[in-house]
Amino acid sequence: MKPRTLRYCQAIHEALDLSLARDPSVYVMGLGVPDPKGVFETTLGLAEKFGSQRVLDMPASENGMTGIAIGSALAGMRPVLVHQRLDFAILAMDQMVNQAAKWCYMFGGQQGVPLVVRMIVGRGWGQGSQHAQSLQSWFAHVPGLKVIMPATPHDAKGLLIAAIEDNNPVISIEHRWLFNIEGPVPEGHYREPIGQARVIRPGRDLTIVAVSHMTIESLRAAEVLAEQGIEAEVVDLRTVRPLDRATILQSIAKTSRLVAVDTGWPSCGVSAEIVALAAEGAWSALKAPPVRVTLADCSSPSTPALARRFFPRVHDIVNAGRRVVGLEPLTERAPAAGDPPADVPDNDFRGPF
Amino acid sequence: MSSERLLRLYREMYLIRRTEEVIADLYKEQEMRCPVHLCIGQEASPVGVCQELEPADVAFSTHRSHGHYLAKGGSLLALMGELYGRQTGCSAGNGGSMHLIDRAAGFMGATPILGATMALATGAAFATSMRQETRVTVAFFGDAAIEEGVFYESANFAVLKRLPLVLVCENNGLSTCSPLSVRQPPTRTICDMARGLGMTAVSGDGNDVLAVSQLARQAIDIARGGGGPVLIELPTYRWREHCGPGFDFDLGYRHPDELAAWQERCPMQRLVRHMEKTGVADAAALKRCEAEVQQEIDAAVRFARESPYPDESLLLAHEYMP
Ligand SMILES: Cc1ncc(C[n+]2csc(CCOP(=O)(O)OP(=O)(O)O)c2C)c(N)n1
Repeated sequence: MKPRTLRYCQAIHEALDLSLARDPSVYVMGLGVPDPKGVFETTLGLAEKFGSQRVLDMPASENGMTGIAIGSALAGMRPVLVHQRLDFAILAMDQMVNQAAKWCYMFGGQQGVPLVVRMIVGRGWGQGSQHAQSLQSWFAHVPGLKVIMPATPHDAKGLLIAAIEDNNPVISIEHRWLFNIEGPVPEGHYREPIGQARVIRPGRDLTIVAVSHMTIESLRAAEVLAEQGIEAEVVDLRTVRPLDRATILQSIAKTSRLVAVDTGWPSCGVSAEIVALAAEGAWSALKAPPVRVTLADCSSPSTPALARRFFPRVHDIVNAGRRVVGLEPLTERAPAAGDPPADVPDNDFRGPF
Repeated sequence: MSSERLLRLYREMYLIRRTEEVIADLYKEQEMRCPVHLCIGQEASPVGVCQELEPADVAFSTHRSHGHYLAKGGSLLALMGELYGRQTGCSAGNGGSMHLIDRAAGFMGATPILGATMALATGAAFATSMRQETRVTVAFFGDAAIEEGVFYESANFAVLKRLPLVLVCENNGLSTCSPLSVRQPPTRTICDMARGLGMTAVSGDGNDVLAVSQLARQAIDIARGGGGPVLIELPTYRWREHCGPGFDFDLGYRHPDELAAWQERCPMQRLVRHMEKTGVADAAALKRCEAEVQQEIDAAVRFARESPYPDESLLLAHEYMP
């Protein structure tokens, strides 16, 4: 029998639905959570099902409301905060970084903060400088936080359930371009372990370590590389903190070559961390300098004209793969009629967010 | 008010209305590839306030800024260029609709992170007072923005330093699809809160451009005269969807009857009725002005479409000021 499939946004919805049903201390709060768009469908109908006490809108007060969520967690609740853009969550850095992340440690391990903060990363359609930031490395820098970035519907559900059941603050970073991707999702309750990467495609010639939407693009790149006789192993990071060093190092030990692909910026980013890990832990195995594929090192431009060079794409990953195995880069074929423009995930995407 | 002045108010509101309508029509062509927050129905606030400002006065705005930008004298050509992502745009294509600027016109910048520009406006007013200039700074924002902590923090400082600041809160009762009732307590008004912080606060009909300009006149005089910051609350209504070119009554969070009632209070029709009542209406002059505005807009769209896109070599060009 064919496995049941869901879209990424439906998988998140199912995780919230199940968690709300299983545990009365879980509640979901954020701007627009109960509205008719339901945060890109992820919270649709939940307020009707579980009541407006447990699935609720909030004032536009991200910083205060994050503190309120943390306070409620200290008093027995399991809040899930939702931000339509990661950029809005930045207003709450004090509460996330100074309070939630530190609480367990600075009070000698007495109490954790079971908080989940979902935040969505925008891309394209002119999202611009304040609606497209992918700041996972900020959060992953901070001891006390856990950071998940599921790439598949299966992991979106399993990791979110695990995050809600975790006794620590978990930042869930969801890329907007994943929301319509469909994939198999088991029915019912299951947890994917936080802190475990997954070899999502085996290969012998090089290792691509990727995260979030870049995992999907890396799988596409691996197919292109396979047509050229290059077998790439793709490791889907899934969790950025704690980092699954063993799985990454194992893969590099096997392939001896590394490409690190991130949705964020290069400087002090996740890709830098992966390369550092390879340098520290797989030095003697490496047969070529690792290559990183990231955003260009500038703010996100709104114009579609700069999207192709700003955002990393399949073509860039393919060429990075060729480089680590010692092949010349390929020039990209000119965009053909019917190709989706570089600023949308597919031809169906109509913006605006 | 003189009939020329009234005609000018009409022209400015019409410019904003028609620009937004043209954007809405052309948006379907998928060539303006950025989110747009249209202000159709809310034109009285930007026009009423900005017409009372001196040229040296400055303004900041938010995600819904086309009206403020135009009313402050921002270039229509550069607006269209920006929406089309062209190099001739007011932000060289980097910004899109949510990041408008026209420094020559005193439009200091609009950004979409709620509440942020209130603090920036407070800072601009602070600079004015440190430099002993007579300039007034205006910040336009919506009813949700005052829920951000930065509102309290900015207001507190502006009152403390008696800054020449005018805060204009366009209260359309909505934050995307969320009504005020799920965000703020019903028995406390926005003006109450501002007064509680020590500011002068006034409220008036946000769809009556004459009422708005009168409130703005008083507020600007107080702020410029050293009386400290003033908040103006302007109840109004957004006709179209929160973001994008269409209507959103299919979503069910508000009823089309509401729109019909507010359309009765259309800022432009009300001004025309006022002109008729006071005997200064000149149908031919209005028609002429509408035709001129339409030509300007058509020219701006043409200009934008004919403008080049920024070259890919410019990607990193603007990250730092040399
Ligand atoms: C800090 C922050 N949180 C959330 C958002 C998303 N957002 C954009 S516009 C908007 C509604 C704002 O409502 P209001 O301030 O009343 O202005 P209006 O849209 O009604 O003009 C929201 C929630 C944002 N831009 N910034």
